[in-house]
Amino acid sequence: MMAQIGPVAAPAVDWAGLGPVLALALGAVVAIMVRTLARRLPDWVDWAWTALVAAAAAGAAVSLWGRVGAEGPFNAVGDQFGVDRFSLLVTAVIAVSVMLVAPVLHGFCQREGWSGPEIYVLMLLSAAGGVVMAGANDLVVLFLGLEILSIPAYVLAARNLARIQSLEAGLKYFVLGAFSSAFLLYGIALVYGSTGTTNLVGIRDYLSRWVVLSDAMLLAGLALLLVGLGFKVAAVPFHAWVPDVYQGAPTPVVAFMASAVKTAGFAAVIRVFVVAFDLRSGDWQPAVYALAVVTLLTGAVLAVVQRDVKRMLAYSSIAHAGFVLVGVQAASGRGTAAAVFYLAAYSVLVIGSFSVLAAVSGPGDSRTGLDDLRGLNSRRPALALGFTVLLLAQAGVPLTSGFVAKFEIIAAAVDARSFWLAVVAMVSAVVAAFLYLRIMVAVYSSPDGGDGAGDAEESAEPLAVPVLTGLVVAATVAVTVGVGVLPSVLHDLARDAIPALVAAG
Amino acid sequence: MTGTLILAEASASLPVLTVLVVLPAAGAALLAVMPRTRPDLFKPAAVAVSAANGAVAVWMMADFATGADAARFQYVERYDWLASLGASWHLGVDGISLFLVVLTALMFPLTIAGIDAEHSPKPYYAWLLVLEAGCLGVFCALDLFAFFVFFEIVLVPMYFLISRWGHGRRNYAATKFFLFTMFGSALMLVAVIALALLHARASGSAVTFDLVEIATAQAVAPTTARWIFLAFALAFAVKVPLFPVHTWLPDAHTNAPTAGSVILAGVMLKLGAYGLVRFGLYLFPEASVHFAPLLLTLGAVGIVYGAVVAAMQRDLKRLVAYSSVAHLGFIVLGTFAINTEGISGGLLQMVNHGVSTGALFLLVGMIYERRHTYVIADLGGLQKSAPRLAAVFTVVMLSSVGLPGLNGFVGEFLVLLGAFVAHRWWAVVAAVGVVLAAVYLLWAYQRVFHGPASGANAEMADLGWREMLLMAPFLAAIVFMGVYPKPVIDRMEPAVDALIAHIDASVDRFDEPVAGDRP
Repeated sequence: MMAQIGPVAAPAVDWAGLGPVLALALGAVVAIMVRTLARRLPDWVDWAWTALVAAAAAGAAVSLWGRVGAEGPFNAVGDQFGVDRFSLLVTAVIAVSVMLVAPVLHGFCQREGWSGPEIYVLMLLSAAGGVVMAGANDLVVLFLGLEILSIPAYVLAARNLARIQSLEAGLKYFVLGAFSSAFLLYGIALVYGSTGTTNLVGIRDYLSRWVVLSDAMLLAGLALLLVGLGFKVAAVPFHAWVPDVYQGAPTPVVAFMASAVKTAGFAAVIRVFVVAFDLRSGDWQPAVYALAVVTLLTGAVLAVVQRDVKRMLAYSSIAHAGFVLVGVQAASGRGTAAAVFYLAAYSVLVIGSFSVLAAVSGPGDSRTGLDDLRGLNSRRPALALGFTVLLLAQAGVPLTSGFVAKFEIIAAAVDARSFWLAVVAMVSAVVAAFLYLRIMVAVYSSPDGGDGAGDAEESAEPLAVPVLTGLVVAATVAVTVGVGVLPSVLHDLARDAIPALVAAG
Repeated sequence: MTGTLILAEASASLPVLTVLVVLPAAGAALLAVMPRTRPDLFKPAAVAVSAANGAVAVWMMADFATGADAARFQYVERYDWLASLGASWHLGVDGISLFLVVLTALMFPLTIAGIDAEHSPKPYYAWLLVLEAGCLGVFCALDLFAFFVFFEIVLVPMYFLISRWGHGRRNYAATKFFLFTMFGSALMLVAVIALALLHARASGSAVTFDLVEIATAQAVAPTTARWIFLAFALAFAVKVPLFPVHTWLPDAHTNAPTAGSVILAGVMLKLGAYGLVRFGLYLFPEASVHFAPLLLTLGAVGIVYGAVVAAMQRDLKRLVAYSSVAHLGFIVLGTFAINTEGISGGLLQMVNHGVSTGALFLLVGMIYERRHTYVIADLGGLQKSAPRLAAVFTVVMLSSVGLPGLNGFVGEFLVLLGAFVAHRWWAVVAAVGVVLAAVYLLWAYQRVFHGPASGANAEMADLGWREMLLMAPFLAAIVFMGVYPKPVIDRMEPAVDALIAHIDASVDRFDEPVAGDRP
């Protein structure tokens, strides 16, 4: 009470550096305000505006990419929020995810009879949080980003009010999310206690200058950070929420969660562990190694025994997270590049896959069992073919982006001499391949439940696929195959996406 | 180095091999966009594309430089693919791969023209063309990355051919096939990357996946190379398949459609055997010599095991499938004898097995078309109702048995010669396999074609002119290569000699076992 409170020095703000965050956040605010005032606007305005805003954010990231190339990484707000090529590529992935999900969401909302911009606004806000996480230079900013990312996501998960599973998903996601936030906060506190700062630049400087002799508090803080972030990226054993939430949440929302939310979570993991705690990599690498092994195997094995396709893809997303963890574990530039490549490729894949499911799931969004996919080939051959490509890509078949992504991860692991981890990852990929084959068998079997030949003639009731959803699936398939055949472009982008911590000044 | 394995200077201006690989893929894409309303056009289009490819391959074989030049890679093409990773689109053929390319490029048009799709013709022919592109890619690739891509991509079309157009437990068989082979190649992917990175580290050069460069340098430490070789060998062993990882093969064959079986036996089993030569012996000479006894043993076990199990089969198609296990055992035996006779014999046997077992599966498929069964006990006396079928079957079967004067004999003889010189007792075991092969095939022939015919067997239709036309090229190849194998061996041998010289130069105290060396 007695302390003299002086004027707070406003940090230097580089508004251009905040471009992507501002675009997403302001776009969300404008959307909700305009729609409150002008209720008569047609429904398509919502998705179009969302996609436009996301495109603007991506455009801002692209222009900053060039600037970082010319001037090097810089800080946008004091020493709290950094702009480097890593955060920009992650930003672009998040923005593109929003762009791809928005049109699918439109078709979905029309089918479910939902109107209003809320769902789009929440998605934009969540994406803004993800972008903050990608650039956070301070653990507190990181935490803020995480909450901005998560809270809209809880609401999104529970959006399908007509479906009890959706409400359950929202509640579960919220409770476990809050739980993980607590872990994260505790971890931040312990790290602050041992290093005297929450700033990532400061932490790295501190660790490079001082040898922490009694480092129990630091290690405990690291462990808690790993647990908190492990929840977000769905690493086993912190994955328990994933299957229920993915199964219950509206399908396009799941597409968003599996792409943008996961990418943001991994961006935070890389920023904190690979970059800030670089010097303590000997401490956290074994932990991440263990997490990766458990995540890979559990995700793949449990995916195989499911009966619901959304649940299957939920578990498979866990296995994919294991692959990214392998890249993180390498604790090298190559590993980070591989992880970013994987996240970019996987985001597109998973959005395409869930878009197909969003079209198939039918009114009420509940028909996602394996049997509901039966005969998809005879009802919608083109959609079935697209789905097949996406599933094969998830399995890591060559000439798809999924293969190149796995290739990069394995290369990073081998480069870091983690041969056995690479072997475990590939074994998990084979186990997971069984899952994708199971789905494909259903897609190509006849709808009557028999093991018939699946002729196009015996088509069952037609399946209405919204044009926009079809276009999104086509676009994701094109990207998947394009990156698979000519991976150089994305590879070079990921290679250049080097995270950096720049001191204030 | 002997200098025989150097790259040919940008040889032909025409990218022959890229055409061979890309043309079928383009054909598949063409089929995919063809209108559904004209189903009658799918097959002619597929036949035209694959026949054009076959013509290119035959032209290439005629144009192929013989003599000392046959040892080097010809029609070499090299473009950057994933430059920053060190992967390139590097293709080339030498005497070792030439005939496998030709075999593949001829097998596909015959199969596509000879067998109609039972349903959904459009994806059926499209997948077959994709499969052709993948197989040709494997035989032409001189870059480990490209090789792996092709090696793995062939799983997808074959999976769909079995699971959508197969019979019986087709989904089970297709899934088993996919997972078995994917498991093998999963470890190979780690090995490929490890090899490239360790090579770069050891030789101080940039990371490259170039086969010729890595094989020539032999920079990786021998003990490490042995581990990497084992991962490669496992992948190939599954694909070959070698005992004890062969169990996917009978299921896949039994449940696959006829075209799938023909391609599987005729072409796809060679992917693994070829891999053992090109990415085993050539890439890891030291490790190959080190592990040769293991692979020889597995090959010999496969010969006897395949023959014994084949003899016990009640299902004709399964019998032929197990005979493949035995034949592939021969090929591996010859390959790992590591001398000119053995390797040449193995390579020759790859082509022979493709021709004769492919033809056997075609014939079995024709019987199935008429009688809707593969069960030997349900068949009998077919000779009376279908004498032409019986005659063709006899020739093909005798070629498979290894009768002198037909193609099988030459390869088998060379393999046994090579194996005997190198490892006497394994050759003795293998020779038992030759006898057993005669037993199970002749016995099966006797049960199916001789004896009294009853019921449907007595009224079975004989081969039509179209089927005769389909079988004619197979018979011609069987007789030609049995009587006059010289053109083939002339093109093959220099490359094999160069390979032996490469092993000789890379492995300490390695002497090629040569006939006549021993008392």
